[in-house]
Amino acid sequence: MSDHKPSGITRWIFTTNHKDIGTLYLWFAFIMFFVGGSMAMVIRAELLQPGMQVVDPLFFNSMTTMHGLIMVFGAVMPAMVGFANWMVPMMIGAPDMALPRMNNWSFWILPFAGTMLVSTLFMEGGGPAFGWTFYAPLSTTFAPQSTDFFIFAVHLLGFSSIMGAINIIATILNMRAPGMTLMKMPLFVWTWLITAFLLIAVMPVLAGAVTMMLTDRNFGTSFFDAAGGGDPVLFQHVFWFFGHPEVYIMILPSFGIVSQIIPTFARKQLFGYASMVYATAAIAFLSFIVWAHHMFTVGMPVAGELYFTYATVMIAVPTAVKVFNWTATMWKGSMTFETPMLWAVGFVFLFTVGGFTGLMMGVAPADFQYHDTYFIVAHFHYVLVPGAVFAIIGGIYYWIPKWTGNMYDEKLGKLHFWLSAISVNILFFPQHFIGLAGMPRRIPDYAVQFSEFNFMSSIGGFVFGATQLLFLYIVIKCIRGGEKATDQVWDNPEGLEWTIPSPAPYHTFETAPQIK
Amino acid sequence: MSTQSGGYYLPAPSHWPIVGSIGLFIMLFGFASALPGTSDGEMGNMTMMYIGMAIVAFMLFGWFGQVIGESESGKYNAQVDTSFRMSMVWFIFSEVMFFAAFFGALFYARQLSVPWLSGEGNNAMTNALLWKGYAGDWPTNGPASVGGKFEIMSAYGIPLWNTIILLTSGLTVTWAHWGLKKDNRGQLIMGLFLTVALGAVFVALQAYEYIHAYNDLNLKLTSGIYGSTFFMLTGFHGLHVTIGAIMLLVMLFRSMKGHFTAKNHFAFEAAAWYWHFVDVVWLGLFIFVYWLV
Repeated sequence: MSDHKPSGITRWIFTTNHKDIGTLYLWFAFIMFFVGGSMAMVIRAELLQPGMQVVDPLFFNSMTTMHGLIMVFGAVMPAMVGFANWMVPMMIGAPDMALPRMNNWSFWILPFAGTMLVSTLFMEGGGPAFGWTFYAPLSTTFAPQSTDFFIFAVHLLGFSSIMGAINIIATILNMRAPGMTLMKMPLFVWTWLITAFLLIAVMPVLAGAVTMMLTDRNFGTSFFDAAGGGDPVLFQHVFWFFGHPEVYIMILPSFGIVSQIIPTFARKQLFGYASMVYATAAIAFLSFIVWAHHMFTVGMPVAGELYFTYATVMIAVPTAVKVFNWTATMWKGSMTFETPMLWAVGFVFLFTVGGFTGLMMGVAPADFQYHDTYFIVAHFHYVLVPGAVFAIIGGIYYWIPKWTGNMYDEKLGKLHFWLSAISVNILFFPQHFIGLAGMPRRIPDYAVQFSEFNFMSSIGGFVFGATQLLFLYIVIKCIRGGEKATDQVWDNPEGLEWTIPSPAPYHTFETAPQIK
Repeated sequence: MSTQSGGYYLPAPSHWPIVGSIGLFIMLFGFASALPGTSDGEMGNMTMMYIGMAIVAFMLFGWFGQVIGESESGKYNAQVDTSFRMSMVWFIFSEVMFFAAFFGALFYARQLSVPWLSGEGNNAMTNALLWKGYAGDWPTNGPASVGGKFEIMSAYGIPLWNTIILLTSGLTVTWAHWGLKKDNRGQLIMGLFLTVALGAVFVALQAYEYIHAYNDLNLKLTSGIYGSTFFMLTGFHGLHVTIGAIMLLVMLFRSMKGHFTAKNHFAFEAAAWYWHFVDVVWLGLFIFVYWLV
């Protein structure tokens, strides 16, 4: 088979090639990262000083809502699926994904879902303004008309995720090259196998939650209405049964990426490979039985509070296994700090900060103080920004030479890292303090005692946001040219993807490699 | 351009997915535009939604038609077959989780929220101050008696018949499968015909039951949490029976056209799995929605 590529726009619209689809996912995620990011800039501009300055409160609430939804469903998840598309077939020695046409559909639903989601901002009554968790009755009785469009956007995102996950599972279980046993798979493949299982298990539950919202809003059902025997708290249970595994859906592939990067630049094998696999599975299992720790203050029975506290802090065990394994991998390694490694090490440090605050909030009596404050905002941004986003950026620097055939600009890459790492801490660390002092989340105005830390946080936010434009420049520059990458790219890295030419040919592993 | 790579069939670029995306978008955008946004409003103009549905149907015909053509021309090897099987299993698992959300809502209401409204646990003041005198007996339309007094659907009338019908259809589809495996076309076609017919009778009886509920029992979708869970669970189940019956109908037509061999008939098995799945969901419904009230 020749390395024939179809040309023009139809190449991208009709494509069944995992590399094309991976590229589409990554660009979609990148665009949505900037859309969601600009909403974050609006939020930080409003919070720069106390009082109302930039936007009206309803629009502010729309911004926090849409920022969260877009970053979760539009940026982080599609970026991870983009990595899966590009890397999983190359890592397991498969010619493509198991179901290439469905792979195309999984992607091409996303721009339509994104359009429907963002279009709500321009509708009468404004966009959804009830927070990304869309609790009833804010999202049922008191929500704007545009909420129904939001509901269907979530349905579409769910179709996309479920089809994508099914494809990934079928690919990993059925398409491995001869000799690639499960316990020989790169850890990134393992984390995605488990993530795909989580997606199939919980996206339908989210679809159920928004369907109940839809009928409560339009057809007179009483799922979330106490007058009819329902309960608004039921919404929270159903939502968080989805929502907690969802956060692992975003972080497990990040663990996978970091577990690929660190051994390469420590020039050692990953320490404790098997324990990494089991820890990932344990985290996934625990994610199904801890959901109510998001709702400690709704008035659960004490037995519930206790159970969810104990179950939650158990997650610290497998997570610590991972952090210790990364550290042990670096121990006495011949370390170098190329850009991907900087992001990976930054991930290990800063994700762990977010992990520790998570442990604090997992304890119910302590959580009563933190609930719905900026401490929560600081926590989940630490695990998502210097957590998931750092892993994504690190992964892009790690594999972009393989994708484009060119090396990125190392100097600019390092600059990008240091600017991001410093500004992200200025952005989110002060939020711990104002949260502990009692500043609630999702408000456009605040008491003057919180002014200094909010000011710092906003400045950090603007710098972090602007720095990502540098990233866009670096990526475009790398695509357009630069020093030619070798096939191995790095110093003797492990993995099948480094045995093929750079840039990776349009079709790879048409004849399966033999794994020893 | 289709490629045969190491035996694994890699399809050429396809326009069906984008047609499907456009269809879904128009359908859902149209539906959302027509929705009243309040529980007592009227539906608006649904034309856009129907156009979207037509596009989705067109895509399904075209895409499945192409896949059937590829399958019959022998392009798929055993590995492709395994991919299909895994995908169908995980798709059914995702459907199970969708129903789990609604069953979860039912159990939560029955075991927790309704008793709490009547003052159980640490909720004595909720009852005393907000819903005085509400006893919380199931079935209920809530302390405000939303939708007015209603009667429940007896388990021993149509629901019991429907249970028997679905269980029988599970047998007939297996009988059809046996026919296919021993190359007995007549048994295959007869088995499928009986299964589809039983499915149609099930749906018809379900429709009759709904009319009965609305006209005679005052049991409606708006009858509080009982009506909500009753109609949403049985309604989504009925929708899935309809989808499963359409799948089996396609298998019937394909069997009549001579498709499938005794060894190679994934599509038939996928439809049969789906049929057993709706069967099992029905047993859950019969027990927890109709029987244990």
